[in-house]
Amino acid sequence: MSTKAPAVPGSSPVDKAGGAAATFVDQRLGSNRFLARNLGKVFPDHWSFMLGEIVLYSFIVILLTGTYLTLFFKPSMVEVVYDGSYVPLKGVQMSEAYASTLDISFDVRGGLLIRQMHHWAALIFVAAMAVHAFRVFFTGAYRKPREFNWLVGVVLLTLALAAGFTGYSLPDDLLSGTGLQIIRGILQAIPVVGTWAAFLVFGGEYPGTDIISRLYSAHILLVPGLILAMVTVHLIMVWTQKHTQFPGPGRTNDNVVGYPLMPVYMAKAGGFFFVVFGIIALIGGLATINPIWIFGPYTPDQVTAGTQPDWYIGWLDGALRLMPNVESVVFGYTISWNVFIPSVVIPGILFTGMALYPFIEAWVTGDKREHNLLERPRNAPVRTGIGVMAIVFYGLLWIGGGNDLIATAFNLSINSISWTLRISLIVLPPIAFYVTKRICLGLQRRDREKLLHGYESGRILRLPHGEFIEVHEPLTVKEKAVIMSKVDHAPLPLPEKADADGVRNKWYRVKRLQSRLSGFFYGANIPRPTDAEIEAAQHHAGQDAALEAPLHAYEDADQIQAFHGGVLHHPGMPATNAEQASGSPSGH
Amino acid sequence: MKFLAARRRSPIVASSLLILALGATGAVYAAVASVQPAVAAVGAQTQVEDGKKLYLEGCSSCHGMQGQGAGTGPTLIGVGAASVDFQVSSGRMPLAAPGAQAVAKDPSYTPEEVAALSAYVASLAPGPAIPTAEQLDFADADVAEGGVLYRVNCAQCHQAAGQGGALTQGKYAPSLMEATPKEMYEAMITGPQSMPVFADSTLPEQDKKAIMAYITAMQEASSPGGLSLGRLGPVTEGLFVWTAVAAALVGAAVWIGIKAR
Repeated sequence: MSTKAPAVPGSSPVDKAGGAAATFVDQRLGSNRFLARNLGKVFPDHWSFMLGEIVLYSFIVILLTGTYLTLFFKPSMVEVVYDGSYVPLKGVQMSEAYASTLDISFDVRGGLLIRQMHHWAALIFVAAMAVHAFRVFFTGAYRKPREFNWLVGVVLLTLALAAGFTGYSLPDDLLSGTGLQIIRGILQAIPVVGTWAAFLVFGGEYPGTDIISRLYSAHILLVPGLILAMVTVHLIMVWTQKHTQFPGPGRTNDNVVGYPLMPVYMAKAGGFFFVVFGIIALIGGLATINPIWIFGPYTPDQVTAGTQPDWYIGWLDGALRLMPNVESVVFGYTISWNVFIPSVVIPGILFTGMALYPFIEAWVTGDKREHNLLERPRNAPVRTGIGVMAIVFYGLLWIGGGNDLIATAFNLSINSISWTLRISLIVLPPIAFYVTKRICLGLQRRDREKLLHGYESGRILRLPHGEFIEVHEPLTVKEKAVIMSKVDHAPLPLPEKADADGVRNKWYRVKRLQSRLSGFFYGANIPRPTDAEIEAAQHHAGQDAALEAPLHAYEDADQIQAFHGGVLHHPGMPATNAEQASGSPSGH
Repeated sequence: MKFLAARRRSPIVASSLLILALGATGAVYAAVASVQPAVAAVGAQTQVEDGKKLYLEGCSSCHGMQGQGAGTGPTLIGVGAASVDFQVSSGRMPLAAPGAQAVAKDPSYTPEEVAALSAYVASLAPGPAIPTAEQLDFADADVAEGGVLYRVNCAQCHQAAGQGGALTQGKYAPSLMEATPKEMYEAMITGPQSMPVFADSTLPEQDKKAIMAYITAMQEASSPGGLSLGRLGPVTEGLFVWTAVAAALVGAAVWIGIKAR
């Protein structure tokens, strides 16, 4: 089915005009061959493949709205007296950055709409990135040969956080200023270089007069430039490596089943862009985001309750809030473990682990094959378990970031919330891993069951001799293909201590660890039924089908006849149904 | 007279005469001085009496028979009328249930009863008085100046937008969105629960007026950006993105995905 769009010979005037235009361009750029080759490129189809598109489209909205904002925003910390149209701040001293943001909000035509669209789009940008990463992770799309693209994705996520945070701080309002104060504390908590690092970033004592313009150049030039470059690399890799696809009929590791770029995906992607743009414009117009006029201008002696960063930094704030107060003094210098661990060590471990995960998994499983067919989450219970465990860990930190709002909203003590979360952070992720793994294995068992016996139709049949059975229907071709896509991996064998010549295996311990880990990764999997088993089961299913046939006959014929025992022993009906009767008392 | 004459030079005569003279002077002064405010004093006196009755009924089990405090409630000697007015008219007192903090609810006493209770507690010892109408008149106050003062003095607990915030062990700074100017003023001069006292020496009356003007402006402020999402900042914004917006976007993706089949 991997077809190109059939070329329709140009006959209508429109086609002729289009053809003439194409020829005109082609004679100058030689572009027709390129277009012909690429416009017909086939992409597989699934709604979850569009999550990455949301990222791209919200990024485009961010670039467009951001450009508009740069026309009016003044990245300066020069103190001015506000004289705009927002009365509750009239006559108040503030930085030019804050004053110009107020002007964008109240005095620039469309300014508030564009500002809110920009900020909402930024939140959506990172959220869609996270969901896209979930899809890639849980389906194993990062496996060979796509490990590098996963790495690029992790870099993009980091850059997105950087872009978001630098932008969050630009308006120089009380909320974001408090965030900057925390960043300074984190920088200072880095052992040995902390103090100097903070001076370097802020250009002297906090807050200084440089930070806003520095954040500005990072926010509008450096970080978006890097994101653009990385997005390009990301997409080129998707293009050349081809998109992965979900298992299904006719889909193999070596083909791509789907629709051509032109016209199907041009229309779908183009349309989806406008849907995303429209939703962002709608909420930009209807819902307030970051009402900086309420927070007031930033001065370092002020702080507001309920200070939180945007959602994607919330988990770091939560880690900071939940960390017990531990400090130690080494050679007269204080090491603030209470800041360093949650703000530098934990995110460092999580991001490094995320970046290296494809390589770690490949080493553990010893799997060197290329994978263009996605793996269903249930068929990799350990991977799915690790993913859910990470999400639970992240989610708990996230809740921690809002602990004060949760306390006031639900009349709870902030201290009990913090302690509950501290304990949960250690207890819940392993439980989540175990539960997820068991659910996956349960689903594998069900798949095996369905493959062997078909699915339960919910139709109960009473046999003439009184026995009740449930009719099992055979799977559809698609369902069968999806379940049959499961690959049974064997765990790596234990290594030999020494080879045939008695030479000691230098890597014995490492290999043994690898073997044990791969046993952990694959060991519990439920094997897919062999062809012989399916064959035997289908024979059985055929008997089920035979059972049904007379039922339809009864419906047409006189029902009472059956009760009088007329068709008790029709041909093809089993004396007993071993599979069904095993759990129920036999009726005679 | 012989009796007196005989004891004329006794040592206690001088002191007795002095006491008598002082007593007489006091009595005459009292008689003259009390003529004018007698009527008002009678009214105030009955109010205090009423207040005392209400106090003994409703408050003394925790605050003691003389307002001296007991194991369960603090002393009320010297807290002043403003404190009683704030706590009782906002429904915080009498306490609904023991807990981290008194919760505001519908008041249990009528305004007259609250006034009587306040008068009684004020009669125990001097304390901050209920603010006068003049003190609560912030019409001329500078709202923007009030905003600056609010952010310096109030925002760290009551949040920049006056939505309130959490304190330790289940205590909290309440939302100011329903607070009346009188409640704000009384809270500032009496420092209820965890709140510090902002006496006129730290926050002059004019500054208090500015703060009241600012909070009132915040209460009346519209939301120029659309739905306010509770004015709680990034947490509700993030919640909105991860629920409504995520549902809309993923829904659109699923919809487009289905259409292609």
